[in-house]
Amino acid sequence: MNEPILKIEDLTFSYPVEEGEPRVVLNGVDLDIEPGTFVAVLGHNGSGKSTLAKHLNAILLPSGGKVYVSGMDTADEALLLDIRRTVGMVFQNPDNQIVANVVEEDCAFGPENLGVPPDEIRERVDRALKAVGMYHFKDHAPHLLSGGQKQRIAIAGVLAMEPRCVVLDEPTAMLDPIGRREVMETIKALNRDSGVTVVLITHHMDEAAQADRLVVMSGGKIVSDGAPKEVFQRVEELKTTGLTVPETVRLCYELRQEGLDLPLDTLSDEECAQTLYQLLQR
Amino acid sequence: MEPIIQTQQLTHIYSAGTPFQHVALDSVDFVAYQGEYLGVIGHTGSGKSTLIQHLNGLLKPTSGQVLVAGKDIWESKEATRQARFQVGLVFQYPEYQLFEETVYKDIAFGPKNMGLDETEVDRRVRQAAEFVGLRQDQLDHSPFELSGGQKRRVAIAGVIAMEPAVLILDEPTAGLDPVGVEQILGNIQDYHKAKNATIIIVSHSMEQMARTADRLVVINDGRIPFSGTPREVFSHVEELEEMGLGVPQMTRVFHRLKAMGAPVDDTVYTVEQAKAAILTALGQSPRSTRTVSSDEKGAV
Repeated sequence: MNEPILKIEDLTFSYPVEEGEPRVVLNGVDLDIEPGTFVAVLGHNGSGKSTLAKHLNAILLPSGGKVYVSGMDTADEALLLDIRRTVGMVFQNPDNQIVANVVEEDCAFGPENLGVPPDEIRERVDRALKAVGMYHFKDHAPHLLSGGQKQRIAIAGVLAMEPRCVVLDEPTAMLDPIGRREVMETIKALNRDSGVTVVLITHHMDEAAQADRLVVMSGGKIVSDGAPKEVFQRVEELKTTGLTVPETVRLCYELRQEGLDLPLDTLSDEECAQTLYQLLQR
Repeated sequence: MEPIIQTQQLTHIYSAGTPFQHVALDSVDFVAYQGEYLGVIGHTGSGKSTLIQHLNGLLKPTSGQVLVAGKDIWESKEATRQARFQVGLVFQYPEYQLFEETVYKDIAFGPKNMGLDETEVDRRVRQAAEFVGLRQDQLDHSPFELSGGQKRRVAIAGVIAMEPAVLILDEPTAGLDPVGVEQILGNIQDYHKAKNATIIIVSHSMEQMARTADRLVVINDGRIPFSGTPREVFSHVEELEEMGLGVPQMTRVFHRLKAMGAPVDDTVYTVEQAKAAILTALGQSPRSTRTVSSDEKGAV
């Protein structure tokens, strides 16, 4: 086993409240993430998933417990720059993340701040824009692009800093179906082709289903952790945490309630169709 | 059924006469009937937002007419004003438009502008708050102390308080988790039933549209290529996919199943229908109707 790139030990976090007890958002989270994996974190609003994400590159610091990024303690201020170089963040709203008037300049903002020499910045920007499929837009103005394209620019901006891990906090929430597909394809390619560790925070079941590993959060704790196929079989358990399963799984679940013998690992359209076909052939 | 909103040959051209001229709507005949729950689907840039902004007079047609309750809304200033009260529009991410000091004042803004007296405004604010499930004690809070989902419900209450005969919502559930989605859809359904109001929802979620709408209108390239019941509309699988819209997941699965040679009805679009189709193909009847009704209410 590799050393985990992200190691979270008994993490607690509470927001201070004007009067009374602080509000506990994370309540004892333990999680190790191996380098090169694609992990989805699923949870309802208020489950603590975004707060967890913000701990992964020291935007927030633990109230209790520890977060280690490649072995570096995020609470150690001297390591802040190295931590942020290792873990890049992409947020929900692309318009809040774009700073320049030209796509390639926006993309160069991160490496410039890291003090990367100009020649290398050029190379990194080109590489990052190619990786997200936006190279031919490098001279365009970002505000004239679609939501999905802007979000890919934001991802390229993070990639140009060459992080080993990228954390994306609901990156598709404000996008239309085409934009969502573009961003999901980009994220998957990044993980598959460049070996970047990806942590995707989402409440879309179909996106979570595409990850290698699925972590479900509720009430500031991890309530389920495993391969998407395993996790989505716990239909009742997910319901009680305010989440649902993909319709393909729910159909099989409903049919099981009718006494039919069906598996619940039917995540894709194809798997579901195959399963139903076999049922009808019996 | 009586039409409540109609457009006749509605055309809208942005930046007409400049190099940026763009025809957003091209001779569109759109109709919404009294008391129906209508879904409008179309990808980004299809013209659907331009269309809904015409329905309460936020945009003026380049040519053609918009009729609300049979009356041209641009006939007189008074007609335009009336149309804005009859047709309530809730934009995307309406929570960003909250501005008042308290939830109560924010919801009261619309009815006050209508020139209603204080008692009537108060009645409407409290009733609208109830429709969206806000507690009475929350009315005195600042809207900015609320959660995202609650803020959105305050914004919707602000439009409901005007008691519009037609309530139009652009992506009302965007960015919400399954529980938040169900709450908002439930609130809208309650208003629809209580006031026999016409509901027009714009959404990207085909699954959600399949579950909620009586009728769907598809917009593509500034035109309406087809409309009808969800079953009719979702039978256009290839065309919808070409438009970048797609069909509900159950429709996709059953198309595959049929292509494999299974003798099933491939016009299903909800889990409940899919389940019934499989049981029918197996020659079984559902064990109970209980699972069916809980499925209807269950999350996406």
